Amino acid sequence: MRYTFLLYSDPAMAANMTEEDWAKSKEIYGQYIGALQEAGVFIDTDWLHPADTATTITLASGEKRVQDGPFAETKETLGGFFAIEVENLDEAMQWAEKCPHVHYGKLEIRSSAMGSV
Amino acid sequence: MPPRSLRQAGNPILCHGQCVTKTDAQARAEDVARAAYGKLIAMLASKTGDIIAAEDAIADAFVAALKTWPERGIPDKPEAWLLTVAKNRRIDQARRDARLVITDEANDMADAQAIEPEDAELDERLKLLFVCAHPAIDEGIRTPLMLQTVLGLEAEQIAKAFLVKPATMAQRLVRAKKKIKTAGIPFTVPEPDAYPERMVAVLEAVYGAYSVDWLEGDGDISHEAFFLSNVLAELAPEDAETLGLTALIGFIEARRDARLSNGVLVPVPEQDVELWDNQLIERSVSVLTQASLRRAPKSIPGRFQLEAAIQAVHAARSVTGKTDWRALSQLYSGLMQTYPSIGGAVSRAAVVAEDAGPAEGLKMLDVIEFDGLDTHQPFHAVRAHCLAELGRAAEAAEAYAKAVSLCTDHPSKLWLMKKIEVLRKKMS
Repeated sequence: MRYTFLLYSDPAMAANMTEEDWAKSKEIYGQYIGALQEAGVFIDTDWLHPADTATTITLASGEKRVQDGPFAETKETLGGFFAIEVENLDEAMQWAEKCPHVHYGKLEIRSSAMGSV
Repeated sequence: MPPRSLRQAGNPILCHGQCVTKTDAQARAEDVARAAYGKLIAMLASKTGDIIAAEDAIADAFVAALKTWPERGIPDKPEAWLLTVAKNRRIDQARRDARLVITDEANDMADAQAIEPEDAELDERLKLLFVCAHPAIDEGIRTPLMLQTVLGLEAEQIAKAFLVKPATMAQRLVRAKKKIKTAGIPFTVPEPDAYPERMVAVLEAVYGAYSVDWLEGDGDISHEAFFLSNVLAELAPEDAETLGLTALIGFIEARRDARLSNGVLVPVPEQDVELWDNQLIERSVSVLTQASLRRAPKSIPGRFQLEAAIQAVHAARSVTGKTDWRALSQLYSGLMQTYPSIGGAVSRAAVVAEDAGPAEGLKMLDVIEFDGLDTHQPFHAVRAHCLAELGRAAEAAEAYAKAVSLCTDHPSKLWLMKKIEVLRKKMS
């Protein structure tokens, strides 16, 4: 089953990070990605620029509307994701617990709906 | 699902003449249903995770059984018969359902039939219990989910017991079952290292079910939970806390006939021991002993074992004729260390009041630090009792009144009102 980890956190926390902190963070995430790859469960990951740089676009009302900023103003915003392929939720939860993100933010686990509808 | 109840299944109603065969077949079907329901659900749903489809298939199989068995007799292996019919029904369903690929479905069915050797020993119901009490499932729906999927109770019955609208309960149950399927919660028993942590959730859900209608209501759900606790002890005989819960529920169940008198609550120390089920008490003592043997040497007993030990002390009154308050006081003190709770703290104070006097009990109450103490009914009831014993009648009456206002069940309310009546007579 394919699972996506949506990583939410308060962007204010990243604002105070030093260059050293970033380097350390990159290293920790690098190790995590390495572990996922080694286990053969890694699909994809990305690390996103803050939500205040977002451009939101919709045609849901029939006409195109473009908004400068995120869809919803919330304290905790989406900052990145991981996509993995494992057997079940138990395995996904085990990998989620190992993700460095859980120590300072929230990680939402969602299963892929592709192929089920 | 055919409506069932433990008492009915245990004592099939006897009819005369031709009716016997039909009733017999029906009772047998219900017996099999009771014992195998969760197992059948788990076997049908373990590959696809689809509990809803499994429930539909089993419901159809039961209808077929009730039609066929009285005519052709009960099959040698009724459980296997039901499973085969349910599987066929699922294949039919898959053929009709364009969204599903038939070949995949047929493979799943074949897999379900050939149970893997290592799984043969392990009851499928245990897997289902772990699914229902999975950490990813909302705590509040675990017990209802267990009652429905493992025991086949109707959403309506469950709703009544949990004081919510049937439609709301049905909706919440469907949501939980859909989540199990879409989120990919596995039908497996966790690895040994996760076992203690995960088992506690299962035990809590079963205990929650037992408490639902034990005091008030028709008692159907508590009967089911009692049954389930025994199933659990059979499935996990090496787990000390599982045995602890089984003993705990057994002790309480043994007092069922003594718990009320004309609809009024009778506190355990005042119950007529003649009305206790001594056989069940003896069995529970033995289960609790088994639990202590399963525990690592010198380790502290878990919450359910301690609570069972407390009930064992109460049960000993049927032999000794008196309640050992000192022993209870020590056990509650242990319970508060391993499993601190508002209920435990208040019960401890009540026990201390009997052992060391009402002034000591009152002191214990004064130092309790839990949120929601002011709206906790037993706190005010125990306080009222201590105050009355100390001759502070006016304060006691006030505390009893507060307890009555917070009381949510009828038998306890009547008992509290009786206490107020006694107090009034004393005061005048």
